[in-house]
Amino acid sequence: MGNLQVVYEVPKIYTGPNHYCPGCFHGIIHRVIAEILQEEGWDDISIGIAPVGCAVLAYDYIDIDWFEAPHGRACANATGIKWAWPDRLVFTYQGDGDAASIGFAETSYAAIRGVNITTIMVNNAVYGMTGGQMAPTTLVGMKTTTSPYGRDPKYAGYPLKMAEHIAQFEGTALSVRVSAFDPQHVLDMKKWIRKAFQYQMEGKGYTFIEVVSTCPTNWRMDPVKAAEFVKNEMIKVYPLGVYKDVGDEKKEG
Amino acid sequence: MGEKVFMKGNEALGEAAVRSGCRLFFGYPITPASELAEYMAYRLPQVGGVFIQAESEVAASNMIYGAGAAGKYAMTASSSPGISLMQEAISYMAGAEVPAVIINLIRGGPGLGDIQPAQSDYFQAVKGGGHGDYRNLVYAPSTLQEAVDIMPLLFQNAFKYRMLAMMVVDGLVGQMMEAVEFKYDIDPDSIPVPDWALSGKKMHGGTKNVNTSLELDPNKLAAHNFKLFEKYQKVYENERMFEAFELEESDIDVMIVAYGTAARIIKTAVKNLRAKGYKVGLFRPITLWPFPDKELKEYAQKTEHVLTVEMSMGQLIEDVKLSIFDPNKKYHLMPYPGGIVPTPKEVEDKVIEILKGGAK
Ligand SMILES: Cc1ncc(C[n+]2csc(CCOP(=O)(O)OP(=O)(O)O)c2C)c(N)n1
Ligand code: SF4
Repeated sequence: MGNLQVVYEVPKIYTGPNHYCPGCFHGIIHRVIAEILQEEGWDDISIGIAPVGCAVLAYDYIDIDWFEAPHGRACANATGIKWAWPDRLVFTYQGDGDAASIGFAETSYAAIRGVNITTIMVNNAVYGMTGGQMAPTTLVGMKTTTSPYGRDPKYAGYPLKMAEHIAQFEGTALSVRVSAFDPQHVLDMKKWIRKAFQYQMEGKGYTFIEVVSTCPTNWRMDPVKAAEFVKNEMIKVYPLGVYKDVGDEKKEG
Repeated sequence: MGEKVFMKGNEALGEAAVRSGCRLFFGYPITPASELAEYMAYRLPQVGGVFIQAESEVAASNMIYGAGAAGKYAMTASSSPGISLMQEAISYMAGAEVPAVIINLIRGGPGLGDIQPAQSDYFQAVKGGGHGDYRNLVYAPSTLQEAVDIMPLLFQNAFKYRMLAMMVVDGLVGQMMEAVEFKYDIDPDSIPVPDWALSGKKMHGGTKNVNTSLELDPNKLAAHNFKLFEKYQKVYENERMFEAFELEESDIDVMIVAYGTAARIIKTAVKNLRAKGYKVGLFRPITLWPFPDKELKEYAQKTEHVLTVEMSMGQLIEDVKLSIFDPNKKYHLMPYPGGIVPTPKEVEDKVIEILKGGAK
């Protein structure tokens, strides 16, 4: 056994077990964040901001300092924390309802102001925690508990594309849309979240990672179907890619 | 130190916060509080501080919420409509026990109202404008000098008790030019970072700190509420502040109760009435919460008539009656809603009318 190498180990700072439904990406995203913080030795200087949404208990799962925000206000809270401790790594972890509906102003203004923080926004096209209501990201025609006949643009407009929205601001250093429906995409997500944190530590400005995710429970799909739905349907509306990168890296999908 | 300077009220309040050790200000413009933000935008960069103009009062209050949880002195200032937008953060800060300072330069309401001095946010400040069971420390100085003198206490008590300290003054205090003296200048580096602060694990022994207002287990949330109220009880016991003005005699014809600018004006009325031989005095709460109820009750023993003068429509008088809790007293109210400031003459006439038996 002595010459066996450890190929993969769950990071020590990733603490569980978590409460997420089977097939939900929240857990994967948490683990990836924990890996990065541990690998880079940033866990000691990190402050996470948990949202109101399914990830409200994120503070139980990664062993760093955490702030639990009011619904949507994470970026405002993070702004206060960052200016209190400018050399710490400060990131918000938010759902799409949290960051892009009730917190649209706070999220946008973090980018406009170029606040040196990172947002990880999990786009699962619904309000997961409250039972699957329509989100700003719900696909046209998609049935939710508040769009029982399918999202109708006449009343509800069209899906909000946050990575594109955030990319337009000069204060944004990085805006990328990633996913986690297969191992390759998980690795890619890890690469971009790491880059976002790196940019923050270099003081480059606001960094934003949108993760196209699942909600098997409220989509009423099994985990495999949900991952396929992301791959085949969600990504058509939410193309993966780099929407802004001040580091001038080659674009990739 | 100790120099007397001629300053606009809002600027003096800003300078007082800076000298209290505050280096973080998050604000959004609103009349009559804007000059406070403007002063901080000018002053904080000179002392290594940070001024951020937020996108709304919702955001500004959530920024001080973050900064307070990070263990630093932070402040915002606004006026009534803006303070309404801050009620979310205020409730959360109470739940999560996050200290910060908010100044409300109250203007006439409800709604957009006007931009004249008022006290009509009394209930919002002392009874809880946000959701849940909670209290804030609420200070209501009646002069600019007093506001400046107690500013360090707001920050210190906010951190001592881990709760919000609010200063309520009517818009007049912010707008007036007055000579003020600053008796302190606190170095922010001398203020210790609390061990509960979110500052990265390495700052506090490697064990993570979590700041949250969430507790899903009703029994634990109940216990948390009981704990908060034990704290509030301590605050009630330690922090009540008031002034008794011309209330030395054992019997008083009329005791007036008022705070803030109204109280300042009433002192003139009291002096004029005394010159005419009326035994009139003023009881002035300085903290609106904790309300100096025991003291008010004690002073009320000296008189039959209690006259409440407030720049609102009958809010303060509820606490006056509750404190005295004696149906045999005669309670009188002079309400000044809408941004109207009382004059000494009006109060003098009212007192004389009461003593002639003409007033209800
Ligand atoms: C002010 C306020 N409004 C509404 C709610 C109820 N609420 C809780 S979570 C949530 C939506 C969460 O959805 P999302 O941000 O998409 O995260 P998810 O649960 O899908 O991960 C809502 C509306 C609340 N907690 N606070
Ligand atoms: S409800 Fe949806 S978003 Fe929430 S944990 Fe379950 S699958 Fe994930």
